[in-house]
Amino acid sequence: MSLTRISAILLRQFYLTKDNPTRAVQIFLWPLLDIILWGFISKYVGEIGGEAFTLTLLGAIILWDFLVRVMYGVTVTFFEDVWSRNFINIFASPLAVSEYVIGMVLWSIFTSLIGFGAMLLAAWAFFGFSAAVYTLSMLPFMLILFFTGVALGIIGVSMVLRFGPSAEWFIWPMPAVLTPFAGVFYPLTILPEWMQVISAGLAPSYVFEGLRAIIAGNGIVASSLVNGTLLGIFYIAIAYIVFLRVYRRAIRTGLIARYSAETVE
Amino acid sequence: MSVLEVKELHKKYGDRTAVEHVTFSVGKGEIVGLLGPNGAGKTTTISMILGILEPTTGTIHIAGHPLATEREAALKTTNFAAVYAQLPGNLTIHQNLNVFGRIYEVPELAERMEAVMHEMDIKKFEHTKAGVLSSGEQTRVTLAKAMLNRPELLLLDEPTASLDPSSAQLMRTKIREFAAGGGGVLWTSHNMQEVTEMCDRVLFISHGKILLEGDPKTLPQDHGKKDLEELFITVAREPLSLEI
Repeated sequence: MSLTRISAILLRQFYLTKDNPTRAVQIFLWPLLDIILWGFISKYVGEIGGEAFTLTLLGAIILWDFLVRVMYGVTVTFFEDVWSRNFINIFASPLAVSEYVIGMVLWSIFTSLIGFGAMLLAAWAFFGFSAAVYTLSMLPFMLILFFTGVALGIIGVSMVLRFGPSAEWFIWPMPAVLTPFAGVFYPLTILPEWMQVISAGLAPSYVFEGLRAIIAGNGIVASSLVNGTLLGIFYIAIAYIVFLRVYRRAIRTGLIARYSAETVE
Repeated sequence: MSVLEVKELHKKYGDRTAVEHVTFSVGKGEIVGLLGPNGAGKTTTISMILGILEPTTGTIHIAGHPLATEREAALKTTNFAAVYAQLPGNLTIHQNLNVFGRIYEVPELAERMEAVMHEMDIKKFEHTKAGVLSSGEQTRVTLAKAMLNRPELLLLDEPTASLDPSSAQLMRTKIREFAAGGGGVLWTSHNMQEVTEMCDRVLFISHGKILLEGDPKTLPQDHGKKDLEELFITVAREPLSLEI
């Protein structure tokens, strides 16, 4: 494991972001738009249902967006190499696969924290959202979302490596597919039973149940925290194993050497 | 001593054999041409040496390091330039060299970057995005990256294909200097005149097998051909007539 080689992955993303305003702006623009849109919706709902509604919805959107940004942070770092056809230069170098993955994850931490900070700031400025107390109590739950986002990102990267760059269009909607099951905006008890079974296997569902418990004044529910954390760690382990298998297959079949816009085999 | 030793390298895709029990070496200071028609197995062989394609059987040693078990050490002493592996066009030359210098853990990187930019005559493009350079300039940038880590083995897949005669001459000079300094070069090209001029030894590959091996200046005559180009055409069209 070489920190210098890992820093090369970060440096590359830094250069791309620094030199291109569209890349820099998207780190915080979408989170800002999300918080402004959902902030006003929450405010309106809050007028009907009370302040707890506003807090719950705002908190939910901030946390869900954090997960999405973590995932996109990982996948976009990989896509940069797909888009610039840089695979051979990267994989025919001394860079280890683990170093490459760590580089992707570190960059996603950097970008997602910037987006998260922008959202908190906007939520405080526009809607008086109390970031300090709220965020501190949610820190352990954020870790679960981070694990899940990283795992989703690595799975997304594996899909694109396995099925070719056109599989990119399966990656972007992945968080949206999970949203209904994760109980981001409503308690899981609202869902039909078969959906609740799926929810029980999703780490983020424990986060949002936990969030609602905190806002309801019940404090942190330890079982939610433990279940969510274990699931999150399990996801990362599975995602990394999947990525390694896909990578090894790509090396065996020559996919990396022939990777192109529509490559599948 | 060899910088590259390839033994019994074999690659099968299902029922199709791409490379068949290929054995060869590249010595220190030696420039070896890997020649053959399209689809003969040249790029497959190079991909296996670069570690981006796993051989079905066989071994590769680079500077004494077995690629299969000491991948990092082996690839740290290798580099390559290929027309199909340009550097990211959205980074400047400086940025590209800085990133790849770190990936190869080049010591005293800033000084080394300056040196290769001067050697390849690309210093004036230092802060220009690689993507806006002409194909010839991009090839020089790719070669600068290939020289960055002072490799012991340099793999060149048609390195002068897109260069004008003046740039191609510069590249040939640099590659000769590299070999004179003790580096080994494995070179693929379809320019037989260039191969005759540059290579100490050539390997003709056809249908995944090494068919002929020898000095490019004498090999054609040994097989009753006028020059390397005529020999190449025979290998491409009637390989069986040459099989030993």
